[in-house]
Amino acid sequence: MVGTVGEGALIELDLPARPEVVAVARLVVGSLALDDPAFDDDRAADLRLAVSEACTNAVRAQQRRGETAPIQMLYRVRSGWIEVRVRDAGGGFDPESLRKPVDLSRPGRLDHEGGLGVPLIRLLSDTVEFRPIADGTEVVMGFGPLARTGRLTD
Amino acid sequence: MDLRLDVNEHGDWSVLRVGGEVDVATAPKLREQMISLVNDQRYKLIVDLGGVDFIDSTGLGVLIGALKRVRSHDGDLHLVCHDDRIVRVFEITGLDKVFRIHDSLDAAVVP
Repeated sequence: MVGTVGEGALIELDLPARPEVVAVARLVVGSLALDDPAFDDDRAADLRLAVSEACTNAVRAQQRRGETAPIQMLYRVRSGWIEVRVRDAGGGFDPESLRKPVDLSRPGRLDHEGGLGVPLIRLLSDTVEFRPIADGTEVVMGFGPLARTGRLTD
Repeated sequence: MDLRLDVNEHGDWSVLRVGGEVDVATAPKLREQMISLVNDQRYKLIVDLGGVDFIDSTGLGVLIGALKRVRSHDGDLHLVCHDDRIVRVFEITGLDKVFRIHDSLDAAVVP
């Protein structure tokens, strides 16, 4: 764990792949957003949600494989921009397969309890990449201060 | 992270008050409670999210599952929520069209 919060600074957290750590991952991004006057409380809430989804996916992917390596969280901050990277060793996945979210307004919608995480990340971040890395996935999310509009069903 | 749950009766309805953060760590506790209510044949549920500070898609998934269970018994599940940030999560996911969301418990129990 290194770094201090400041221009261009990097915070790196190695978190055990357990559900309880997701709260820590979003606490950090929430604090970074609230520390930058460009980000208001509502936008900070968006960041917390997107990071929660990405970290949850990472933890679940590793738990499915019984992989005990830590989840790596990297936070980079510059004025008016926050970048968060989530690296897992969960075996990787095809993000394109989740590009179209479940249409929850259709009949049969209640058969789907999951599948909202990646679409939410795409909706709430200004930039996002899902990169294959050794044995897993790196999600790179970039956030500016303006709230994103739209809905998953648009 | 703690999740607070409290159940009481309000006319025909069972009201589950939820407080804290609903995510992958705490959602199993919420799911268990909702399954327990349905097993007790309580099919008219109101989930009061007034004390919820945060909910993500894992929490939404639990509510969708509970709605499915009560509907299979001709029941219903309504939500109470007045926090704009929590309501926004339902709006951006389209779930505001799936759940009836009321801004107060009194509004939720009106037939």
